[in-house]
Amino acid sequence: MEYFLILSAIMMFAGIFGFLTRRSTLAILLSIELMLNATDINFAVFNRFMWNASGAHEGYFFSLFSIAISAAESAIAIAIMINIYRHLKDISIDKLQKMKW
Amino acid sequence: MNLDYSQFLVMREELSLLAVILILFVADLLFCPDKKSGKGIYNSPLPVILLSVMTLCNLIPCCGATDAEAFGGMYQYTPMMTIVKSVLNVGTLIVFLMANKWLSRPENLVKQGEFYMVTLFTLLGMYLMISSGHFLMFFIGLELASIPMCALVAFDKYRYESAEAAAKYILLALFSSALLLYGLSFIYGASGTLYFKDMFSQLPGDSLLTLVGMVLFISGMGFKISLVPFHLWTADTYEGAPTVVTAYLSVISKGAAAFVMLIVLGKVFDTAALVNEWRILLFWIIVASITLANLFAIRQTNLKRFMAFSAISQAGYLVLAIMPASAQGMTSLVYYLLVYLVANFGVFAVINVVEQNSGKLGISDYNGLYETNPKLAFLMTLSLFSLAGIPPFAGFFSKFFVFMAAFQEAKLLVFIALVNTIVSLYYYLLIVKAMYISKNDTPIASFRSDNYSRAALLLCTAGVVLLGIVGSVYTYIDGFSYIPSL
Repeated sequence: MEYFLILSAIMMFAGIFGFLTRRSTLAILLSIELMLNATDINFAVFNRFMWNASGAHEGYFFSLFSIAISAAESAIAIAIMINIYRHLKDISIDKLQKMKW
Repeated sequence: MNLDYSQFLVMREELSLLAVILILFVADLLFCPDKKSGKGIYNSPLPVILLSVMTLCNLIPCCGATDAEAFGGMYQYTPMMTIVKSVLNVGTLIVFLMANKWLSRPENLVKQGEFYMVTLFTLLGMYLMISSGHFLMFFIGLELASIPMCALVAFDKYRYESAEAAAKYILLALFSSALLLYGLSFIYGASGTLYFKDMFSQLPGDSLLTLVGMVLFISGMGFKISLVPFHLWTADTYEGAPTVVTAYLSVISKGAAAFVMLIVLGKVFDTAALVNEWRILLFWIIVASITLANLFAIRQTNLKRFMAFSAISQAGYLVLAIMPASAQGMTSLVYYLLVYLVANFGVFAVINVVEQNSGKLGISDYNGLYETNPKLAFLMTLSLFSLAGIPPFAGFFSKFFVFMAAFQEAKLLVFIALVNTIVSLYYYLLIVKAMYISKNDTPIASFRSDNYSRAALLLCTAGVVLLGIVGSVYTYIDGFSYIPSL
Protein backbone atom coordinates (compact mmCIF):
# COMPACT_ATOMS: atom_id res chain seq x y z
CA MET A 1 0.00 0.00 0.00
CA GLU A 2 2.83 2.39 0.81
CA TYR A 3 4.09 2.14 -2.76
CA PHE A 4 0.77 3.29 -4.14
CA LEU A 5 0.63 6.19 -1.71
CA ILE A 6 4.18 7.20 -2.59
CA LEU A 7 3.25 7.06 -6.27
CA SER A 8 0.22 9.28 -5.72
CA ALA A 9 2.23 11.70 -3.59
CA ILE A 10 4.86 11.96 -6.35
CA MET A 11 2.11 12.59 -8.90
CA MET A 12 0.54 15.22 -6.67
CA PHE A 13 3.74 17.14 -6.17
CA ALA A 14 4.78 16.79 -9.79
CA GLY A 15 1.41 18.38 -10.56
CA ILE A 16 1.94 21.22 -8.10
CA PHE A 17 5.44 21.79 -9.45
CA GLY A 18 4.12 21.85 -13.01
CA PHE A 19 1.33 24.23 -12.01
CA LEU A 20 3.85 26.67 -10.61
CA THR A 21 6.53 26.48 -13.30
CA ARG A 22 4.84 25.85 -16.68
CA ARG A 23 4.31 28.85 -18.94
CA SER A 24 1.60 27.51 -21.20
CA THR A 25 -1.91 27.39 -19.80
CA LEU A 26 -2.50 24.02 -21.43
CA ALA A 27 0.52 22.54 -19.64
CA ILE A 28 -0.87 23.98 -16.41
CA LEU A 29 -4.16 22.26 -17.13
CA LEU A 30 -2.30 18.99 -17.65
CA SER A 31 -0.54 19.43 -14.31
CA ILE A 32 -3.89 19.93 -12.62
CA GLU A 33 -5.19 16.74 -14.19
CA LEU A 34 -2.16 14.99 -12.77
CA MET A 35 -3.07 16.26 -9.31
CA LEU A 36 -6.68 15.13 -9.68
CA ASN A 37 -5.56 11.69 -10.81
CA ALA A 38 -3.29 11.44 -7.78
CA THR A 39 -6.32 11.95 -5.54
CA ASP A 40 -8.26 9.31 -7.44
CA ILE A 41 -5.47 6.80 -6.85
CA ASN A 42 -5.49 7.74 -3.19
CA PHE A 43 -9.20 7.07 -2.82
CA ALA A 44 -9.03 3.73 -4.61
CA VAL A 45 -5.99 2.62 -2.65
CA PHE A 46 -7.39 3.55 0.73
CA ASN A 47 -10.57 1.70 -0.12
CA ARG A 48 -8.81 -1.41 -1.41
CA PHE A 49 -6.22 -1.81 1.36
CA MET A 50 -7.78 -0.27 4.43
CA TRP A 51 -11.56 -0.18 4.32
CA ASN A 52 -12.44 -3.14 2.15
CA ALA A 53 -13.58 -5.48 4.94
CA SER A 54 -17.17 -4.38 5.22
CA GLY A 55 -17.67 -4.43 1.47
CA ALA A 56 -17.88 -0.67 1.34
CA HIS A 57 -17.08 0.95 -1.98
CA GLU A 58 -17.23 4.62 -1.10
CA GLY A 59 -13.67 5.30 -2.20
CA TYR A 60 -14.12 3.71 -5.61
CA PHE A 61 -17.31 5.64 -6.21
CA PHE A 62 -15.66 8.85 -5.18
CA SER A 63 -12.92 8.21 -7.75
CA LEU A 64 -15.48 7.60 -10.48
CA PHE A 65 -17.42 10.76 -9.72
CA SER A 66 -14.29 12.84 -9.46
CA ILE A 67 -13.07 11.59 -12.86
CA ALA A 68 -16.36 12.67 -14.41
CA ILE A 69 -16.23 16.06 -12.72
CA SER A 70 -12.63 16.71 -13.73
CA ALA A 71 -13.59 15.96 -17.33
CA ALA A 72 -16.29 18.63 -17.13
CA GLU A 73 -13.83 21.04 -15.59
CA SER A 74 -11.25 20.60 -18.32
CA ALA A 75 -13.94 21.05 -20.98
CA ILE A 76 -14.80 24.48 -19.61
CA ALA A 77 -11.14 25.35 -19.08
CA ILE A 78 -10.24 24.50 -22.67
CA ALA A 79 -13.21 26.50 -23.95
CA ILE A 80 -11.88 29.51 -22.06
CA MET A 81 -8.38 28.95 -23.46
CA ILE A 82 -9.80 28.90 -26.99
CA ASN A 83 -11.54 32.19 -26.28
CA ILE A 84 -8.25 33.66 -25.06
CA TYR A 85 -6.47 32.35 -28.13
CA ARG A 86 -8.97 34.20 -30.28
CA HIS A 87 -8.14 37.44 -28.53
CA LEU A 88 -4.38 37.08 -28.22
CA LYS A 89 -3.28 34.38 -30.71
CA ASP A 90 -1.31 32.98 -27.79
CA ILE A 91 -2.12 31.11 -24.58
CA SER A 92 1.08 31.69 -22.67
CA ILE A 93 0.49 32.67 -19.06
CA ASP A 94 2.91 35.60 -19.43
CA LYS A 95 0.49 37.30 -21.77
CA LEU A 96 -2.39 37.23 -19.29
CA GLN A 97 -1.24 40.37 -17.58
CA LYS A 98 -3.58 43.12 -18.50
CA MET A 99 -4.97 43.23 -14.99
CA LYS A 100 -2.64 43.10 -12.05
CA TRP A 101 -2.27 44.63 -8.60
CA MET B 1 -35.07 -2.44 -4.21
CA ASN B 2 -37.72 -0.38 -2.51
CA LEU B 3 -37.07 3.28 -2.84
CA ASP B 4 -39.06 5.41 -0.50
CA TYR B 5 -40.16 8.20 -2.78
CA SER B 6 -41.35 10.38 0.08
CA GLN B 7 -37.67 11.11 0.71
CA PHE B 8 -37.76 13.45 -2.21
CA LEU B 9 -40.11 15.72 -0.27
CA VAL B 10 -37.21 16.55 2.04
CA MET B 11 -35.38 17.94 -0.97
CA ARG B 12 -38.20 20.29 -1.94
CA GLU B 13 -35.95 23.35 -2.21
CA GLU B 14 -33.64 21.66 -4.69
CA LEU B 15 -36.54 20.20 -6.62
CA SER B 16 -38.41 23.49 -6.87
CA LEU B 17 -35.24 25.22 -8.05
CA LEU B 18 -34.81 22.49 -10.64
CA ALA B 19 -38.40 23.08 -11.73
CA VAL B 20 -37.68 26.79 -12.13
CA ILE B 21 -34.62 25.95 -14.24
CA LEU B 22 -36.63 23.60 -16.44
CA ILE B 23 -39.42 26.14 -16.97
CA LEU B 24 -36.85 28.75 -17.96
CA PHE B 25 -35.23 26.24 -20.28
CA VAL B 26 -38.49 25.60 -22.10
CA ALA B 27 -39.29 29.30 -22.14
CA ASP B 28 -35.90 30.00 -23.65
CA LEU B 29 -36.58 27.44 -26.32
CA LEU B 30 -40.04 28.74 -27.20
CA PHE B 31 -39.62 32.49 -26.86
CA CYS B 32 -36.14 32.71 -28.27
CA PRO B 33 -35.44 36.31 -29.28
CA ASP B 34 -35.60 37.17 -32.91
CA LYS B 35 -32.10 37.81 -34.19
CA LYS B 36 -33.13 40.04 -37.07
CA SER B 37 -35.17 42.60 -35.22
CA GLY B 38 -33.00 42.29 -32.11
CA LYS B 39 -36.08 42.35 -29.91
CA GLY B 40 -36.73 39.38 -27.67
CA ILE B 41 -39.99 38.27 -26.17
CA TYR B 42 -37.88 36.48 -23.64
CA ASN B 43 -36.80 39.80 -22.23
CA SER B 44 -39.51 39.47 -19.62
CA PRO B 45 -39.77 39.47 -15.84
CA LEU B 46 -40.38 35.70 -15.93
CA PRO B 47 -37.17 34.59 -14.14
CA VAL B 48 -37.63 37.19 -11.44
CA ILE B 49 -41.24 36.25 -10.82
CA LEU B 50 -40.54 32.54 -10.74
CA LEU B 51 -37.68 32.92 -8.33
CA SER B 52 -39.61 35.12 -5.93
CA VAL B 53 -42.58 32.74 -5.94
CA MET B 54 -40.21 29.90 -5.20
CA THR B 55 -38.61 31.75 -2.30
CA LEU B 56 -42.00 32.40 -0.73
CA CYS B 57 -43.11 28.80 -1.25
CA ASN B 58 -39.99 27.58 0.52
CA LEU B 59 -40.15 30.02 3.39
CA ILE B 60 -43.76 29.48 4.37
CA PRO B 61 -43.74 25.75 5.23
CA CYS B 62 -40.35 26.04 6.92
CA CYS B 63 -41.93 27.32 10.14
CA GLY B 64 -43.22 23.89 11.10
CA ALA B 65 -40.48 21.81 9.52
CA THR B 66 -38.19 19.55 11.51
CA ASP B 67 -34.77 18.06 10.93
CA ALA B 68 -34.75 15.32 8.35
CA GLU B 69 -32.41 13.32 6.21
CA ALA B 70 -32.74 11.47 2.95
CA PHE B 71 -30.90 8.78 1.03
CA GLY B 72 -29.23 7.20 4.02
CA GLY B 73 -27.87 10.46 5.39
CA MET B 74 -26.35 11.70 2.15
CA TYR B 75 -28.73 14.62 2.25
CA GLN B 76 -29.44 16.42 5.47
CA TYR B 77 -31.99 19.04 6.21
CA THR B 78 -32.49 21.45 9.05
CA PRO B 79 -34.90 24.42 9.01
CA MET B 80 -31.87 26.70 9.27
CA MET B 81 -30.85 25.60 5.81
CA THR B 82 -34.11 26.90 4.40
CA ILE B 83 -33.24 30.29 5.87
CA VAL B 84 -29.78 30.26 4.33
CA LYS B 85 -31.13 29.12 0.97
CA SER B 86 -33.80 31.80 1.03
CA VAL B 87 -31.15 34.43 1.76
CA LEU B 88 -29.20 33.17 -1.26
CA ASN B 89 -32.43 33.24 -3.27
CA VAL B 90 -33.09 36.85 -2.42
CA GLY B 91 -29.54 37.65 -3.45
CA THR B 92 -29.95 35.92 -6.80
CA LEU B 93 -33.21 37.79 -7.27
CA ILE B 94 -31.44 41.12 -6.81
CA VAL B 95 -28.73 39.98 -9.23
CA PHE B 96 -31.37 39.17 -11.83
CA LEU B 97 -32.95 42.58 -11.36
CA MET B 98 -29.56 44.23 -11.80
CA ALA B 99 -28.75 42.09 -14.83
CA ASN B 100 -31.75 43.08 -16.89
CA LYS B 101 -30.31 46.24 -18.36
CA TRP B 102 -27.00 44.53 -19.16
CA LEU B 103 -28.76 41.58 -20.77
CA SER B 104 -30.86 43.89 -22.95
CA ARG B 105 -27.77 44.94 -24.88
CA PRO B 106 -27.81 43.69 -28.45
CA GLU B 107 -24.80 41.37 -28.07
CA ASN B 108 -26.29 39.72 -25.00
CA LEU B 109 -29.85 39.39 -26.20
CA VAL B 110 -29.49 35.87 -27.57
CA LYS B 111 -27.60 34.75 -24.47
CA GLN B 112 -30.20 35.85 -21.92
CA GLY B 113 -31.56 32.39 -21.33
CA GLU B 114 -28.08 31.04 -20.77
CA PHE B 115 -27.32 33.63 -18.16
CA TYR B 116 -30.39 32.81 -16.07
CA MET B 117 -29.94 29.07 -16.33
CA VAL B 118 -26.21 28.98 -15.63
CA THR B 119 -26.68 31.25 -12.64
CA LEU B 120 -29.45 29.07 -11.27
CA PHE B 121 -27.32 25.97 -11.75
CA THR B 122 -24.58 27.45 -9.58
CA LEU B 123 -27.29 28.21 -7.05
CA LEU B 124 -28.42 24.58 -7.21
CA GLY B 125 -24.84 23.50 -6.56
CA MET B 126 -24.73 25.70 -3.48
CA TYR B 127 -28.02 24.23 -2.26
CA LEU B 128 -26.65 20.71 -2.54
CA MET B 129 -23.44 21.78 -0.85
CA ILE B 130 -25.33 23.34 2.05
CA SER B 131 -27.50 20.30 2.71
CA SER B 132 -24.90 17.65 2.07
CA GLY B 133 -24.32 14.95 4.65
CA HIS B 134 -21.61 13.15 2.75
CA PHE B 135 -18.36 14.37 1.25
CA LEU B 136 -19.21 13.11 -2.23
CA MET B 137 -22.41 15.15 -2.23
CA PHE B 138 -20.46 18.09 -0.85
CA PHE B 139 -17.84 17.82 -3.57
CA ILE B 140 -20.36 17.53 -6.38
CA GLY B 141 -22.23 20.55 -5.03
CA LEU B 142 -18.99 22.50 -4.78
CA GLU B 143 -18.06 21.76 -8.37
CA LEU B 144 -21.57 22.37 -9.63
CA ALA B 145 -21.29 25.76 -7.99
CA SER B 146 -17.84 26.60 -9.33
CA ILE B 147 -17.69 25.21 -12.89
CA PRO B 148 -20.68 27.16 -14.28
CA MET B 149 -19.33 30.17 -12.39
CA CYS B 150 -16.25 30.11 -14.64
CA ALA B 151 -18.56 30.16 -17.65
CA LEU B 152 -20.38 33.14 -16.13
CA VAL B 153 -17.14 35.03 -15.58
CA ALA B 154 -16.27 34.48 -19.26
CA PHE B 155 -19.76 35.59 -20.31
CA ASP B 156 -18.66 38.71 -22.19
CA LYS B 157 -17.21 36.75 -25.06
CA TYR B 158 -15.90 39.71 -27.04
CA ARG B 159 -14.26 41.51 -24.14
CA TYR B 160 -10.73 40.33 -23.47
CA GLU B 161 -10.74 41.13 -19.74
CA SER B 162 -13.60 38.75 -19.20
CA ALA B 163 -11.67 35.85 -20.76
CA GLU B 164 -8.53 36.64 -18.80
CA ALA B 165 -10.48 36.79 -15.56
CA ALA B 166 -12.11 33.46 -16.33
CA ALA B 167 -8.76 31.83 -17.12
CA LYS B 168 -7.29 32.99 -13.83
CA TYR B 169 -10.39 31.88 -11.98
CA ILE B 170 -10.69 28.41 -13.46
CA LEU B 171 -7.01 27.50 -13.16
CA LEU B 172 -6.92 28.43 -9.50
CA ALA B 173 -10.34 26.88 -8.87
CA LEU B 174 -9.14 23.58 -10.30
CA PHE B 175 -5.91 23.78 -8.33
CA SER B 176 -7.73 24.40 -5.08
CA SER B 177 -10.29 21.69 -5.67
CA ALA B 178 -7.46 19.25 -6.37
CA LEU B 179 -5.90 20.20 -3.04
CA LEU B 180 -9.26 19.85 -1.32
CA LEU B 181 -9.79 16.41 -2.85
CA TYR B 182 -6.33 15.33 -1.76
CA GLY B 183 -7.24 16.38 1.75
CA LEU B 184 -10.54 14.51 1.57
CA SER B 185 -8.74 11.37 0.46
CA PHE B 186 -6.56 11.56 3.58
CA ILE B 187 -9.59 12.06 5.77
CA TYR B 188 -11.20 9.05 4.12
CA GLY B 189 -8.04 7.05 4.69
CA ALA B 190 -8.01 7.95 8.36
CA SER B 191 -11.66 7.35 9.13
CA GLY B 192 -12.96 4.89 6.53
CA THR B 193 -16.19 6.75 5.92
CA LEU B 194 -17.33 9.84 4.10
CA TYR B 195 -20.59 10.42 6.01
CA PHE B 196 -20.39 13.48 8.21
CA LYS B 197 -22.27 11.86 11.05
CA ASP B 198 -20.13 8.69 11.18
CA MET B 199 -16.92 10.52 10.60
CA PHE B 200 -17.14 12.41 13.85
CA SER B 201 -16.89 9.22 15.89
CA GLN B 202 -14.44 7.38 13.63
CA LEU B 203 -11.95 10.13 13.02
CA PRO B 204 -8.76 9.63 15.07
CA GLY B 205 -8.10 13.07 16.47
CA ASP B 206 -4.34 12.78 16.87
CA SER B 207 -3.47 11.20 13.53
CA LEU B 208 -1.27 13.11 11.14
CA LEU B 209 -3.45 12.01 8.21
CA THR B 210 -6.47 13.75 9.71
CA LEU B 211 -4.49 16.89 10.38
CA VAL B 212 -3.11 17.14 6.83
CA GLY B 213 -6.57 16.42 5.46
CA MET B 214 -8.12 19.13 7.57
CA VAL B 215 -5.52 21.72 6.60
CA LEU B 216 -6.00 20.94 2.91
CA PHE B 217 -9.77 21.10 3.36
CA ILE B 218 -9.57 24.52 5.00
CA SER B 219 -7.30 25.82 2.24
CA GLY B 220 -9.69 24.57 -0.42
CA MET B 221 -12.61 26.31 1.26
CA GLY B 222 -10.43 29.36 1.87
CA PHE B 223 -10.09 29.66 -1.86
CA LYS B 224 -13.87 29.62 -2.29
CA ILE B 225 -14.38 32.27 0.38
CA SER B 226 -11.25 34.10 -0.89
CA LEU B 227 -9.43 34.40 2.41
CA VAL B 228 -5.99 35.89 2.38
CA PRO B 229 -3.32 33.37 1.50
CA PHE B 230 -5.69 32.07 -1.19
CA HIS B 231 -7.06 35.38 -2.43
CA LEU B 232 -4.77 36.15 -5.36
CA TRP B 233 -7.40 35.38 -7.99
CA THR B 234 -10.02 37.60 -6.40
CA ALA B 235 -9.05 41.07 -7.54
CA ASP B 236 -8.31 40.11 -11.15
CA THR B 237 -11.42 38.00 -11.51
CA TYR B 238 -13.67 40.62 -9.94
CA GLU B 239 -12.29 43.32 -12.19
CA GLY B 240 -12.59 41.35 -15.40
CA ALA B 241 -15.93 39.66 -14.87
CA PRO B 242 -19.16 41.39 -15.92
CA THR B 243 -20.29 43.61 -13.03
CA VAL B 244 -23.40 41.56 -12.37
CA VAL B 245 -21.37 38.36 -12.12
CA THR B 246 -18.90 40.09 -9.83
CA ALA B 247 -21.75 40.96 -7.50
CA TYR B 248 -22.98 37.38 -7.56
CA LEU B 249 -19.49 36.03 -6.97
CA SER B 250 -18.74 38.36 -4.10
CA VAL B 251 -21.75 37.50 -1.99
CA ILE B 252 -23.62 34.38 -2.93
CA SER B 253 -20.84 31.87 -3.52
CA LYS B 254 -18.92 33.26 -0.60
CA GLY B 255 -21.83 33.04 1.80
CA ALA B 256 -22.73 29.49 0.84
CA ALA B 257 -19.13 28.34 1.24
CA ALA B 258 -18.82 30.02 4.64
CA PHE B 259 -21.97 28.33 5.92
CA VAL B 260 -20.77 24.93 4.70
CA MET B 261 -17.41 25.50 6.32
CA LEU B 262 -19.17 26.16 9.63
CA ILE B 263 -21.18 22.94 9.29
CA VAL B 264 -18.23 20.77 8.34
CA LEU B 265 -15.75 22.21 10.83
CA GLY B 266 -18.32 22.04 13.61
CA LYS B 267 -19.62 18.62 12.71
CA VAL B 268 -16.71 16.60 11.39
CA PHE B 269 -13.63 18.09 13.00
CA ASP B 270 -15.19 18.32 16.41
CA THR B 271 -12.80 16.46 18.71
CA ALA B 272 -11.08 18.71 21.22
CA ALA B 273 -7.60 18.35 19.71
CA LEU B 274 -8.79 19.16 16.20
CA VAL B 275 -10.90 22.11 17.32
CA ASN B 276 -7.79 23.67 18.82
CA GLU B 277 -5.85 23.11 15.62
CA TRP B 278 -8.38 24.70 13.31
CA ARG B 279 -8.95 27.58 15.66
CA ILE B 280 -5.25 28.44 15.48
CA LEU B 281 -5.31 28.10 11.70
CA LEU B 282 -8.42 30.25 11.32
CA PHE B 283 -7.00 32.82 13.71
CA TRP B 284 -4.07 33.60 11.42
CA ILE B 285 -6.18 33.37 8.28
CA ILE B 286 -8.71 35.86 9.64
CA VAL B 287 -6.07 38.28 10.88
CA ALA B 288 -4.33 38.17 7.52
CA SER B 289 -7.54 38.53 5.48
CA ILE B 290 -8.92 41.46 7.39
CA THR B 291 -5.68 43.40 7.70
CA LEU B 292 -4.02 42.82 4.33
CA ALA B 293 -7.23 43.27 2.36
CA ASN B 294 -7.87 46.57 4.13
CA LEU B 295 -4.39 47.83 3.33
CA PHE B 296 -4.65 46.82 -0.32
CA ALA B 297 -8.11 48.33 -0.68
CA ILE B 298 -6.77 51.79 0.14
CA ARG B 299 -4.53 51.95 -2.93
CA GLN B 300 -7.04 50.80 -5.55
CA THR B 301 -8.24 53.07 -8.33
CA ASN B 302 -10.74 50.78 -10.02
CA LEU B 303 -14.01 50.51 -8.15
CA LYS B 304 -14.56 46.81 -8.88
CA ARG B 305 -11.03 45.98 -7.67
CA PHE B 306 -11.71 48.06 -4.62
CA MET B 307 -14.87 46.09 -3.92
CA ALA B 308 -12.87 42.87 -4.35
CA PHE B 309 -10.55 43.78 -1.50
CA SER B 310 -13.46 45.01 0.56
CA ALA B 311 -15.11 41.63 -0.05
CA ILE B 312 -12.00 39.78 1.13
CA SER B 313 -11.98 41.75 4.33
CA GLN B 314 -15.72 41.20 4.85
CA ALA B 315 -15.13 37.46 4.31
CA GLY B 316 -12.73 37.63 7.25
CA TYR B 317 -15.58 38.87 9.48
CA LEU B 318 -17.85 36.16 8.05
CA VAL B 319 -15.36 33.47 9.02
CA LEU B 320 -14.92 35.07 12.43
CA ALA B 321 -18.44 33.82 13.16
CA ILE B 322 -17.24 30.25 12.54
CA MET B 323 -14.66 30.44 15.33
CA PRO B 324 -16.95 29.65 18.28
CA ALA B 325 -18.80 26.83 16.40
CA SER B 326 -21.84 27.56 18.55
CA ALA B 327 -25.51 28.21 17.89
CA GLN B 328 -24.93 31.91 18.45
CA GLY B 329 -22.10 31.82 15.95
CA MET B 330 -24.37 30.27 13.37
CA THR B 331 -27.08 32.88 13.88
CA SER B 332 -24.60 35.71 13.62
CA LEU B 333 -23.07 34.19 10.47
CA VAL B 334 -26.42 33.99 8.70
CA TYR B 335 -27.43 37.44 9.89
CA TYR B 336 -24.09 38.87 8.81
CA LEU B 337 -24.51 37.23 5.44
CA LEU B 338 -27.98 38.75 4.99
CA VAL B 339 -26.84 42.24 5.93
CA TYR B 340 -23.64 42.01 3.89
CA LEU B 341 -25.73 40.83 0.95
CA VAL B 342 -28.04 43.85 0.87
CA ALA B 343 -25.24 46.34 1.51
CA ASN B 344 -22.84 44.90 -1.04
CA PHE B 345 -25.55 44.54 -3.66
CA GLY B 346 -26.56 48.12 -2.96
CA VAL B 347 -23.07 49.25 -3.91
CA PHE B 348 -22.88 46.93 -6.89
CA ALA B 349 -26.31 48.00 -8.14
CA VAL B 350 -25.07 51.60 -8.29
CA ILE B 351 -21.79 50.56 -9.93
CA ASN B 352 -23.73 48.54 -12.46
CA VAL B 353 -26.20 51.30 -13.29
CA VAL B 354 -23.40 53.82 -13.70
CA GLU B 355 -21.39 51.41 -15.85
CA GLN B 356 -24.34 50.60 -18.07
CA ASN B 357 -25.13 54.25 -18.61
CA SER B 358 -21.67 55.76 -18.89
CA GLY B 359 -19.15 52.90 -19.03
CA LYS B 360 -17.08 54.38 -16.20
CA LEU B 361 -15.59 52.32 -13.38
CA GLY B 362 -12.70 54.30 -11.90
CA ILE B 363 -13.04 55.78 -8.44
CA SER B 364 -11.98 59.19 -9.76
CA ASP B 365 -14.81 59.00 -12.31
CA TYR B 366 -17.19 59.12 -9.37
CA ASN B 367 -15.95 62.58 -8.42
CA GLY B 368 -18.90 64.88 -8.34
CA LEU B 369 -21.51 62.16 -8.72
CA TYR B 370 -23.62 63.97 -6.15
CA GLU B 371 -23.91 67.00 -8.43
CA THR B 372 -25.34 65.04 -11.33
CA ASN B 373 -27.03 62.01 -9.77
CA PRO B 374 -27.81 62.89 -6.16
CA LYS B 375 -30.13 59.94 -5.53
CA LEU B 376 -27.64 57.31 -6.66
CA ALA B 377 -24.87 58.96 -4.65
CA PHE B 378 -27.08 58.94 -1.58
CA LEU B 379 -28.05 55.27 -1.93
CA MET B 380 -24.43 54.29 -2.44
CA THR B 381 -23.47 56.24 0.68
CA LEU B 382 -26.04 54.38 2.74
CA SER B 383 -24.72 51.02 1.53
CA LEU B 384 -21.09 52.02 2.11
CA PHE B 385 -21.93 53.17 5.65
CA SER B 386 -23.58 49.83 6.26
CA LEU B 387 -20.52 47.96 4.96
CA ALA B 388 -18.30 50.02 7.22
CA GLY B 389 -20.57 49.43 10.21
CA ILE B 390 -21.82 52.84 11.19
CA PRO B 391 -24.49 52.57 13.92
CA PRO B 392 -27.97 53.30 12.58
CA PHE B 393 -27.47 50.93 9.66
CA ALA B 394 -27.66 47.16 9.60
CA GLY B 395 -23.91 46.68 9.17
CA PHE B 396 -23.24 47.86 12.69
CA PHE B 397 -25.57 45.31 14.25
CA SER B 398 -24.31 42.41 12.16
CA LYS B 399 -20.70 43.17 13.09
CA PHE B 400 -21.73 43.59 16.70
CA PHE B 401 -23.41 40.17 16.80
CA VAL B 402 -20.41 38.49 15.18
CA PHE B 403 -18.05 40.06 17.71
CA MET B 404 -20.36 39.08 20.54
CA ALA B 405 -20.47 35.47 19.38
CA ALA B 406 -16.72 35.21 18.91
CA PHE B 407 -15.71 37.12 22.02
CA GLN B 408 -15.63 34.13 24.36
CA GLU B 409 -13.30 32.11 22.17
CA ALA B 410 -11.09 34.75 20.62
CA LYS B 411 -10.78 38.01 22.52
CA LEU B 412 -7.60 39.12 20.77
CA LEU B 413 -9.06 38.40 17.37
CA VAL B 414 -12.16 40.47 18.08
CA PHE B 415 -9.94 43.34 19.14
CA ILE B 416 -7.92 43.14 15.89
CA ALA B 417 -11.12 43.01 13.89
CA LEU B 418 -12.42 46.04 15.76
CA VAL B 419 -9.31 48.06 14.93
CA ASN B 420 -9.66 47.03 11.30
CA THR B 421 -13.24 48.25 11.21
CA ILE B 422 -11.84 51.73 11.71
CA VAL B 423 -9.35 51.27 8.87
CA SER B 424 -12.14 50.10 6.62
CA LEU B 425 -14.16 53.16 7.55
CA TYR B 426 -11.34 55.25 6.09
CA TYR B 427 -11.39 53.70 2.64
CA TYR B 428 -15.17 53.46 2.40
CA LEU B 429 -15.30 57.15 3.18
CA LEU B 430 -12.80 57.81 0.37
CA ILE B 431 -15.58 56.89 -2.06
CA VAL B 432 -18.10 59.04 -0.23
CA LYS B 433 -15.62 61.92 -0.35
CA ALA B 434 -15.14 61.39 -4.08
CA MET B 435 -18.87 61.52 -4.67
CA TYR B 436 -19.71 64.52 -2.49
CA ILE B 437 -16.67 66.74 -2.11
CA SER B 438 -14.20 66.22 -4.96
CA LYS B 439 -14.68 68.40 -8.02
CA ASN B 440 -14.72 66.97 -11.49
CA ASP B 441 -14.62 68.76 -14.85
CA THR B 442 -16.28 65.91 -16.71
CA PRO B 443 -18.69 64.33 -14.23
CA ILE B 444 -20.88 61.36 -15.12
CA ALA B 445 -23.84 62.79 -16.96
CA SER B 446 -27.16 62.73 -15.21
CA PHE B 447 -29.36 59.82 -16.30
CA ARG B 448 -32.52 57.99 -15.35
CA SER B 449 -32.05 54.37 -14.37
CA ASP B 450 -34.36 51.64 -15.64
CA ASN B 451 -37.14 50.14 -13.56
CA TYR B 452 -35.40 46.83 -12.84
CA SER B 453 -32.33 48.53 -11.42
CA ARG B 454 -34.62 50.75 -9.39
CA ALA B 455 -36.33 47.72 -7.92
CA ALA B 456 -32.94 46.24 -7.04
CA LEU B 457 -31.82 49.49 -5.43
CA LEU B 458 -35.08 49.75 -3.53
CA LEU B 459 -34.74 46.22 -2.13
CA CYS B 460 -31.14 46.82 -1.07
CA THR B 461 -31.83 50.16 0.53
CA ALA B 462 -34.84 48.80 2.38
CA GLY B 463 -32.64 46.00 3.67
CA VAL B 464 -29.83 48.31 4.72
CA VAL B 465 -32.13 50.64 6.63
CA LEU B 466 -34.69 48.22 8.05
CA LEU B 467 -32.64 45.11 8.94
CA GLY B 468 -30.80 46.98 11.66
CA ILE B 469 -33.86 48.58 13.18
CA VAL B 470 -36.19 45.59 13.04
CA GLY B 471 -34.50 43.49 15.70
CA SER B 472 -36.93 40.61 15.28
CA VAL B 473 -35.03 39.42 12.20
CA TYR B 474 -32.10 38.35 14.35
CA THR B 475 -34.40 36.72 16.88
CA TYR B 476 -36.25 34.94 14.08
CA ILE B 477 -33.03 33.50 12.66
CA ASP B 478 -31.87 32.64 16.16
CA GLY B 479 -34.93 30.45 16.60
CA PHE B 480 -33.64 28.07 13.94
CA SER B 481 -29.97 27.89 14.78
CA TYR B 482 -28.36 24.96 16.50
CA ILE B 483 -24.93 23.84 17.62
CA PRO B 484 -23.37 22.38 14.47
CA SER B 485 -21.96 19.30 16.18
CA LEU B 486 -25.43 18.02 17.12
